[in-house]
Amino acid sequence: MGDEVILLDLYPSMYAMRVRIALAEKEIKHESKEQDVVNKSQLLLDMNPVHKKIPVLVHNGQPICESLIIVQYIDEVWTHKSPLLPSDPYHKARARFWADFVDKKVSDPARRIWLKKGEELEIAKKEFIEALKLLEGELGDKTYFGGDKFGFVDVALIPFYSWFETYETCGNFSIEEHCPTLITWGKKCMERESVHKSMPDPKKICEFVLNDLRKKYGVE
Amino acid sequence: MSDEVKLLDFWGSPFAARVRIALAEKGVSYELQAEDIFGGKSDLLLTSNPIYEKVPVLLHDGKPVVESTNIVYYIDETWSTQGPQLLPACSYGRARARFWADFIDKKVFDTGCNIWKGQGEELELAKKEFIDILKKLDGALGDKDYYGGDKFGFLDVLLIALSSWFLAYEKYGGFTIEEESPKIAAWMKRCSERASVVKGLPDSQQVCELVGTIRKMHGLE
Repeated sequence: MGDEVILLDLYPSMYAMRVRIALAEKEIKHESKEQDVVNKSQLLLDMNPVHKKIPVLVHNGQPICESLIIVQYIDEVWTHKSPLLPSDPYHKARARFWADFVDKKVSDPARRIWLKKGEELEIAKKEFIEALKLLEGELGDKTYFGGDKFGFVDVALIPFYSWFETYETCGNFSIEEHCPTLITWGKKCMERESVHKSMPDPKKICEFVLNDLRKKYGVE
Repeated sequence: MSDEVKLLDFWGSPFAARVRIALAEKGVSYELQAEDIFGGKSDLLLTSNPIYEKVPVLLHDGKPVVESTNIVYYIDETWSTQGPQLLPACSYGRARARFWADFIDKKVFDTGCNIWKGQGEELELAKKEFIDILKKLDGALGDKDYYGGDKFGFLDVLLIALSSWFLAYEKYGGFTIEEESPKIAAWMKRCSERASVVKGLPDSQQVCELVGTIRKMHGLE
């Protein structure tokens, strides 16, 4: 059975990283097509007409959009290894809750750390650390958010780990000082092949944000 | 197996309405605990949803499930052999349903809020955005009777619950759903005939009055 899997991708995007990690966990052969998000390709516009954003997974010509939805799809279709979501409804609901928490409470403050200055930057840092502390509480003394197995919430959050150096540089603070357990968790996840192969070098992201992205957004 | 089901609820919450409709679709008996979200939230609400402190919360044998869309998924998966299947059976269909659920959750209620909270330029922008959202939802419905196809399903539950606030948006926005999307208006009428929706949806007029009260609280009238 031929399975054509294409990922409309973007190297530094944490949302695209989630999909890369899930595909790697499941060892799914796929083609990655790096996208230009300024001059968007017709393919991207056709595959995601509503949001016009990456990542998009195209499976046998059918598009699936939104990173967490794509990860769930991958988990449901390719069941031969590495289950990412728990099988019982209650633990599945908890996993969905915390993955959604990352999107609701981590994403936006994280973005504002590299985008803003002064008072707005301080507010962003505070919100970001508060959110990470709540995640640390949920992690507890487990190896992964999934327990002893790498799972859905780990996939949702670990891409932000590759941006930690960027946040620390822009915000002039140490995440480890506030959230040491989360750093330990991050290092553990990075030992997994699916993770370290899918995530860019944090230094490269930092350079990209400081020299490129911030200029583009007029941040100086 | 004991199946103790309790819903921490507020009559006017369109998010709690989703859960009431889903439970009714599955024929699940439950205890309703009305929360006073303006006066004082119960200890049970604050301890079972410490992150957001909001309704709805579903307590199943004492274990809390929060966030309305999440709760509806949970209900469909837990009572999978009871009542209709709300989510499609195939993985691609489920991904599409989740996509539109995410769109609805990100856009509909917040834009609606900007209508009844807004004034002048802000109000006009919010109204324009809401109409654009309606057009996208119109497109997603296509020529089907329901978002679930020929059967009332997951997306229908999520959106019909939010539609209980549409009368308020129409009133403060100065537009009608019928004019902007007769297809969505017809879908709303079709869904409103279902027993689960009759039972679970708050009365639109009463919601309108509630919105008026909230506006007074915010000094908007």
